[in-house]
Amino acid sequence: MPSSPLLQVEEVSKRFRVQGRDLHAVEKVSFQLDAGKTMGLVGESGSGKSTLGRLVLRLLDANEGRILFDGKDITSLSPKQMRPLRRDMQIIFQDPQASMSPRMTIGAAIEDAMAIHNIGTKAERQKRVDELLERVGLPTVVKYAFPHELSGGQLQRVGIARALSLNPKLVICDEPISALDVSIQVQVIQLLQELQKDFNLTYIFISHNLAVVEYLSDQVAVLYLGEVVEQGPAEELFANPTHPYTQVLLQSILKMPDDTEKRQALTSIQGEIPSPFNPPSGCTFHPRCPFATDVCREKKPERKVVGNQHSVTCHLAN
Amino acid sequence: MAEALLAIDDLRVQFDRGEDEVFAVNGVSFSIAEGEALGIVGESGSGKSVTLMSALGLIRENGKIKSGTAKFQGHDLLKMRPRQLEDIRGRDIGVVFQDPMTSLNPVMRIGDQIMESMLTHQYAGRREAFERTLQLLHEMGIPEPKARFRNYPHEFSGGMRQRIMIAIALACEPQLLIADEPTTALDVTVQMQILALLQEQRQKKRMSIAIITHDFGVATNFCDRIIVLYAGQIMEMADTRQFLRQPAHPYTVGLKNSIIEIGQRDRQLSPIPGMAPTLTEPPKSCSFASRCPFATERCRSELPALREISPNHHVACHRAEEVLAHAI
Repeated sequence: MPSSPLLQVEEVSKRFRVQGRDLHAVEKVSFQLDAGKTMGLVGESGSGKSTLGRLVLRLLDANEGRILFDGKDITSLSPKQMRPLRRDMQIIFQDPQASMSPRMTIGAAIEDAMAIHNIGTKAERQKRVDELLERVGLPTVVKYAFPHELSGGQLQRVGIARALSLNPKLVICDEPISALDVSIQVQVIQLLQELQKDFNLTYIFISHNLAVVEYLSDQVAVLYLGEVVEQGPAEELFANPTHPYTQVLLQSILKMPDDTEKRQALTSIQGEIPSPFNPPSGCTFHPRCPFATDVCREKKPERKVVGNQHSVTCHLAN
Repeated sequence: MAEALLAIDDLRVQFDRGEDEVFAVNGVSFSIAEGEALGIVGESGSGKSVTLMSALGLIRENGKIKSGTAKFQGHDLLKMRPRQLEDIRGRDIGVVFQDPMTSLNPVMRIGDQIMESMLTHQYAGRREAFERTLQLLHEMGIPEPKARFRNYPHEFSGGMRQRIMIAIALACEPQLLIADEPTTALDVTVQMQILALLQEQRQKKRMSIAIITHDFGVATNFCDRIIVLYAGQIMEMADTRQFLRQPAHPYTVGLKNSIIEIGQRDRQLSPIPGMAPTLTEPPKSCSFASRCPFATERCRSELPALREISPNHHVACHRAEEVLAHAI
């Protein structure tokens, strides 16, 4: 069945006005995402990946560009017009403890969104809370508990149950496993995968963990200082990382070696992400780029297609 | 093996939570040799920080050291008066924490904070301490040391603040550096820079480093030897080589399998079921048994001792030999 993508993001930019200066948080980002698929957003802190997630949800308003959800332009819908659409788009946060009221029981927290949207009777909603808890692998008695009584991993399952309560189409997962222990991370990743399959969910998966993004995503965008420097199908992008920044990110990951002789040399590029108030001229990555030439310092690179749906914003790519 | 710089023996630490007690460290023994890089890995609540912090007298008030010794160059830190311990901490043992923002003084120039440690410990006079601070800032890769000396912590990025923390920890040329999740809050490119810096300093100064981390990638690439903690007990202790090639504790194997690495798109996940326990009484059986695919009746009733299954390879598992055979 041919259909339009669930989500279309077109040339979206976001600037924050901070103390009379413009901070460029997201610059002309475009991507499309089909229903049931996962878009991974990677980048270091300050790269704009979380801001982009919030722009898609219209929790922030874009300064430029368009966002189409299910074929409908939602860029300038009023809060009232947005409300029915909110059921279709949910978010899971990094810190489930901070995203839940400490005074609300788990059951009430999950039921809350359904109540706000006037879904079902009280009894029906409570039955649904039980179903959701079971679906995310928690005993139903958890509904009587308060957030502080649960572990980080259990709370993240509650966060997932709450996001699912409205049968959303799109779920933004904003660093959902970063605060969890390794053994719990895998459990949550597996749960997210199962839920995607069962409910045909579409994910935007935001993470600084490239390996997990590679594992979960169909499409990937690498962000640096608010700009997409490379994007494409996950398989293709990780097989042929082309932008020097993507390459640097991949080289910076410390893999567990098979043996001590195969350990990685601890070397890396100098410098850090520059201030977004005052981004470098030309290509914003040039001050840290091992391959930078004069043209990189002077001229902003254009997006170039280097493979099947694989594009790179770099002068040196061909 | 070189002589032990720090030897911890049968350390037991409990925390009073009012209604109950948490048994955070339950008979942990290990040592750090001169010049060695030791990785202490574990998940939250495993006791990896509490073990070393209690040896340094840096645990919260509701924490009690119930037994054990922690001998640094032969002297038991646990028996020292607070003043004596303060002398050693910051001079002979440097400490770096995860979050430099909460460890640095926000209203003191960073140069003064680095100097302070040298002056307090009478490592150097004012003039010399000033010169050495500039030298340290330079070695830590902080550009324009003279100008940056006068800046406050908030004027630095997270990575730069961590470099300043390391400068403070290294100021008095300690023999041992304890780094508690030193790169966890940092981006990968910055993590690499900090680890490279620590390695360079370690080689130059022949210093020992104990790095507390939840990250196997960091531990296996940086350390000579690795200790895996779970529920306040050592599950496995091995040279990094053995740890990589022949993990013999089911928990170690499970943890290693839990890590998703680049290039594993088609991999099946096999999570460790359940979650780590919080012990409110001393362990009487294997704390990992309820999550362990190898567990038998014996594991549920008898506490496995930490035993040496091959030279320098210690495992606390009744079935370590079978795990070894199985894992290959």
